[in-house]
Amino acid sequence: MKEYWQEIRALTMRWVLRLSREKFSMLFTLVQPMLFWLIFFGNLFQRAADSQVTQAPNYISFLAAGVVVMTVLNNGLAGGVDLLFDKENGFLERLMSTPIHRSSVILSRFIFVMTITSLQVLVILGVAFLFGVQPATGLLGIATILLIGMMFGVGLTAISMAMAFSVKSHGDFFSVLGFLSLPMIFLSSALVPLAAMPGWMSFLAKFNPMTWAIDAVRPLILSNWSEALPHVGMVVVVMLVFDALCLYGGAKAFRRAMG
Amino acid sequence: MDRATAIDVSHLSKSYDGHQAVADISFTVHAGEIFGLLGPNGAGKSTTLRILITLLTPSSGRATVFGLDTVRDADRVRQLIGYVPQERAIDRFLTGKEHLELLAALYHLPKDEAKSRIAELLKLVELEAHADRPAKTYSGGMKRKLDIACGLLPDPRVLFLDEPTLGLDVQSRLRIWDYIRMLKARGMTVVMTTNYLDEADQLCDRLAIIDGGTIKIIGSPVELKVGLGGDIVSLTLKETDRMTGLESALKGQPAIKAVRTTAKGLDIRVESPEKALPVILESANRLGCSVEFIQYNRPRLDDVFIAHTGRRIEDAAVNHDE
Repeated sequence: MKEYWQEIRALTMRWVLRLSREKFSMLFTLVQPMLFWLIFFGNLFQRAADSQVTQAPNYISFLAAGVVVMTVLNNGLAGGVDLLFDKENGFLERLMSTPIHRSSVILSRFIFVMTITSLQVLVILGVAFLFGVQPATGLLGIATILLIGMMFGVGLTAISMAMAFSVKSHGDFFSVLGFLSLPMIFLSSALVPLAAMPGWMSFLAKFNPMTWAIDAVRPLILSNWSEALPHVGMVVVVMLVFDALCLYGGAKAFRRAMG
Repeated sequence: MDRATAIDVSHLSKSYDGHQAVADISFTVHAGEIFGLLGPNGAGKSTTLRILITLLTPSSGRATVFGLDTVRDADRVRQLIGYVPQERAIDRFLTGKEHLELLAALYHLPKDEAKSRIAELLKLVELEAHADRPAKTYSGGMKRKLDIACGLLPDPRVLFLDEPTLGLDVQSRLRIWDYIRMLKARGMTVVMTTNYLDEADQLCDRLAIIDGGTIKIIGSPVELKVGLGGDIVSLTLKETDRMTGLESALKGQPAIKAVRTTAKGLDIRVESPEKALPVILESANRLGCSVEFIQYNRPRLDDVFIAHTGRRIEDAAVNHDE
């Protein structure tokens, strides 16, 4: 057990070391494009967004939940990229030829991605706070938001890693990634409440785990516990199913890739 | 003398995606020797190596490393082996030292032991001065040295090297050959794949020629060359039209063991040149073949390869890439 922990720690620290070396990447990790969504999009649509429709004091406070979950989405789907590069340049082989538990490589990546995502979510909430968005459920609410983010992130990272192990070239990986992200964002309640979407879009959005996550995070920011709790309960169930499916698929892809 | 068996491969086969990479190969590696798998690209060398280092499971057959099965006892096998892959398997952002520290943790080495081993290895591969610079600043030769240091970190009983000098300059190649000889002197068993005949010839105690997924022959370089049964006289002819005539004229002769046509002439296997040369020249004169060059050599590994696979190793590589 001690050895397992030693492996995971060493592998996770590798990602941390690398991040600290890539100064540019480090900067963009914290000041990420998602912030631009929040700041620009949020302010831009101030008047275009009808408060009656969004049921929120202003658009930016409505959008905040969407941007939080979008951050989780992007980070999660990109979570497998470094493993893809490791696979391509042979470093993964080197790791696999050592006597580590096979799962250490996967777990360390999960831990790293979840930690970075959580930090980014905090930055998003922090910036939103500067624009007057105060989470109505306080610190506990923020902790719950982080939990929801992590649960969603686990499944997404598993998908990403499964792709990393399965694609023949990394061009494929990035094509699929690009193809998935935007539809997932637009076919969710990130930008517009479900009730206000055209019928076919809100129908599709219901199948999107993002919608469930956003509809739980949003009341945590905008309303109170009694409104939020049922949604939180539902999203936990949705995420458990989602994660189980993704982890199962990911494990299969991993085992197949390992010959 | 009964030497201990380091590796035993028995009727190993591996196919994936409908392609048979390796078919029914068997060989043994003795403890403390340098064993080579010689063959062109696509021959199945890397696949065989990957099975031995537990990264692939065979489709059939088995392989053992010091008695441990590579599938059932994979974890224990990994404790005993070191691996130097063909590609530069390094992380550009980590320093040389950090690579070794990471691996030391993955091999569960205690901190003090790790520290001294890392210092020792950096000295061995002459990377001390660059140990704290990120690997992306390393030259190709330095990256390879780091690869080797990583492979040696666990002080393995068997070191597996996949094309150790591929793409390196002459000096680096010689340096690496020296390391490998030194490792053998320390008692390590070394298994390497290569497509370089000179490397196989100079370094390996024993080698297996592998082509098209099967082993053609196994033996020491000397045994394999002697096994060809004779020296080779190579004729380059001015015109090739009388070549087949000369070939048939020579074939029946007692001093001539075998004749093979090449693009520009004939390769003639002879027992003793003193008896064979006059016969060859006389036949060539009689048939009016003008001989441009005559070359005489003791068999080289090149000839061994041709004899057992029917083609030159360079030609085999070209065909595979197509």
